[in-house]
Amino acid sequence: MANDNVDLAISAGEIHALLGENGAGKSTLMKMIYGVTKPDAGKIIWQGEQVTIKDPSMARNMGIGMVFQHFSLFETLTVTENIALALGDDAGDLKQLAQRISTVSKQYGMELNPDRHIHSLSVGERQRVEIVRCLVQDIKLLILDEPTSVLTPQEVDTLFVTLRQLSKDGCSILFISHKLKEVQALCHSATILRAGKVTGECIPAEAGATKMALMMVGDDTPISTDYPKSSGTEVFLNVKGLSQTSDDPFGVTLKDLNFHVKSGEILGIAGVAGNGQEELLAALSGEHLVASANQVSFAATKVGLLDPRARRELGMAFVPEERLGRGAVPEMSLVDNGLLTGFMQGLVHLGFINKAKTEQFANKIIDQYKVKTPNNRASADSLSGGNLQKFIIGREILQNPKLLVASHPTWGVDIGAATAIHKALIELRDRGAAILVVSEDIDELFLISDRLCAICDGEISPDKPTPDTSIEEVGRWMSGVFDESASQSPSQDNSTKLSAELI
Amino acid sequence: MIKLEPRGEASITMSYVSPVLAGILTLITGGIFFASLGHDPLYALSIFLLAPVSDLYGVAELSVKAAPIMLCAVGLALTFKAQVWNIGAEGQLLMGGLTASAVALLLIDVESGWALVPVLLSGMVGGALWGLLAAWLRNRFNANEILTTIMFNYIALYILLYFVHGSLKDPDGYGFPESALFSDSTLLPILLEDTRMHIGILFASFAVVAAWVFISRSFLGFQIKVLGMDSNAAKLSGFKHKRLVILVMLISGALAGLAGASEVTGPIGQLIPSISPGYGYAAIIVAFLGRLHPVGIFFASLLMALIYMGGELAQIELKVPLAVTSLFQGMLLFYLLACDVFINFKIKMAAPKARQSVESA
Repeated sequence: MANDNVDLAISAGEIHALLGENGAGKSTLMKMIYGVTKPDAGKIIWQGEQVTIKDPSMARNMGIGMVFQHFSLFETLTVTENIALALGDDAGDLKQLAQRISTVSKQYGMELNPDRHIHSLSVGERQRVEIVRCLVQDIKLLILDEPTSVLTPQEVDTLFVTLRQLSKDGCSILFISHKLKEVQALCHSATILRAGKVTGECIPAEAGATKMALMMVGDDTPISTDYPKSSGTEVFLNVKGLSQTSDDPFGVTLKDLNFHVKSGEILGIAGVAGNGQEELLAALSGEHLVASANQVSFAATKVGLLDPRARRELGMAFVPEERLGRGAVPEMSLVDNGLLTGFMQGLVHLGFINKAKTEQFANKIIDQYKVKTPNNRASADSLSGGNLQKFIIGREILQNPKLLVASHPTWGVDIGAATAIHKALIELRDRGAAILVVSEDIDELFLISDRLCAICDGEISPDKPTPDTSIEEVGRWMSGVFDESASQSPSQDNSTKLSAELI
Repeated sequence: MIKLEPRGEASITMSYVSPVLAGILTLITGGIFFASLGHDPLYALSIFLLAPVSDLYGVAELSVKAAPIMLCAVGLALTFKAQVWNIGAEGQLLMGGLTASAVALLLIDVESGWALVPVLLSGMVGGALWGLLAAWLRNRFNANEILTTIMFNYIALYILLYFVHGSLKDPDGYGFPESALFSDSTLLPILLEDTRMHIGILFASFAVVAAWVFISRSFLGFQIKVLGMDSNAAKLSGFKHKRLVILVMLISGALAGLAGASEVTGPIGQLIPSISPGYGYAAIIVAFLGRLHPVGIFFASLLMALIYMGGELAQIELKVPLAVTSLFQGMLLFYLLACDVFINFKIKMAAPKARQSVESA
């Protein structure tokens, strides 16, 4: 059951947090409020009257707006055109609408040029388009689904300023998140969900982060604290002067990237999605060959022109961002998905698959990494995101790689699985592997990385050992300010300050 | 109001029920069609589907027709699994028939039974090279293989006609566009006396088993499946996309080429302008009807062969045009595609409702 007897009350002008892990039922609840799905039982009371919200257009007419986690914008259209499309018949004259868009966006401190095309906007700006779309209508309740997951720390601050002003003007906000610090900084009250049930309500500013975390995950899930840092030994992955022009019109051009990863250390690359991570990762995996062999090397071997298979033979393992549809074949069983990259572990004999060994390999991954699955015949797409990710990471680690490249390793994964994945990465590091982690989750990078840098618009920042840097500095790197002499500017808003320790 | 609703998960039962349902719907529509022409539908259908195999000779003929379809369909299924849409089995079959004929005519004076081996092998090579051409165009120029293979079918036909009207024409044939009859040493052995049942059906059956083992047990077969299901995963795992495309096109072409070679050295015994009544196209339907699975293809080929024979018999007994064969083939494919919708969707009866918002999707 996605939602079981949930009570939720939001008053006018209140910023209310809906906290919970992935799969806790947050999405289902908000979809019911927005009229996408219908509740089996219970009532929705809106401004004192019981209502049945039939569909999203009815919700919009009532004054409920929603910003989804995944934007539904057309890249080749302008801001105004996109908003006009979403409004349908209410859009009216495009010129007037453009006028309204600039007024509204200025009023709430979200600068937005109505005539720009979506593909030229950053992710943060795209989110503004989605929010402004809700605001140009007469809005009473704004629902935001994990709005900060795509933003730099600085962009998060700006968003919070907007949201506070909205709340002051009497608009209620339902803020869905699993990031406790943000909830503490922004929200007036919070409802915590676990497995479809309300497990607590609190005032985030007063309740401690640990208390809220326990309500979210339950008492039995271990919550990790700290890992000792390591400095590594020899350089294994070396990227020298990597430049590459993207063939894709909306792709990112890589500009003279230089960095290295030593055996026995974890290098974290922070950055907001779409700043060249995909292009960099494809150049590292061999899916996209670079211009010359020496731009990428593994130890002494130049691999820039080698295909993924040859790089795997040299000890590379790779955990892609897309679990289904790159990391694993959705319709195939776990046994087959083990074979997918594990084929060099003696699973193939004279061109034929050794069924027994292949099963053993899959079972070993399932046992060692505690993958929750009915059996090894279950298809990859029947597993939850966290379980599939544990399987994929286990599959790569069990091949004893010398270099592991992991992209967003815990994206969309519950805290229990994320902790298990972090532990596995640290163990692999301690066995002497070089690990490169690319992630949008800055807290995660501070937790596991030994050194940190950031990527912005295809350029990479200088790197620093994790203890010597700060969220603010990495945030500046993420927005493209690489100037090392820049003094630590005091955070403008203390309440939104994020610190390096994770819950 | 009737609504189609996504199942969320593909129904495995439905994927097996669908071909059966398509067969039943084809029979019903065929019955209506015969009735509208003034024939008793049950009698007409029995002429069409039962009479052809009512005796041993009929069964033998069934194997003669089924063998080339099966060979082509097994190869096609392999390419379809890799998401390579080879529509060119017909052309590959014709090229196989042509090269095999050329070699058979070269060896017309050889009496050793071994002469058959180079004949059949050359047929396979001819078909494989014809398939390779399309694979190369796809790999090198990103040319859509659906278009190139269809066009190659016509090119193959005209090359065959060129030779059958030219250098391969029998000098003592009174100018008919036919080659000389092949010598007995290059003809396929007959399996059942007094029938035309030749060892081509054994080749086809062997191909079915070999394809089954290949796709389910070999690592190359696994790579082909991954390529078809998820090309990004294949790429990341280091499977060589282009080589796999070449491999499936070579295998598929070779099998179609063998089908062509078996036709000219089997029931026909010489090179003539029309060596295939569209076996290569029928094989596309068969591959899908058999769910791209070798065993399914085995039975679907027999059904398709039956439709060919039924069409001929209906022409004689019911005085309907031979086009009835294409009609039944077309209906079968049409109904199969329609029924396949229910693998991923289910029917829901719902009261008429207010329009759904786009966003709710």
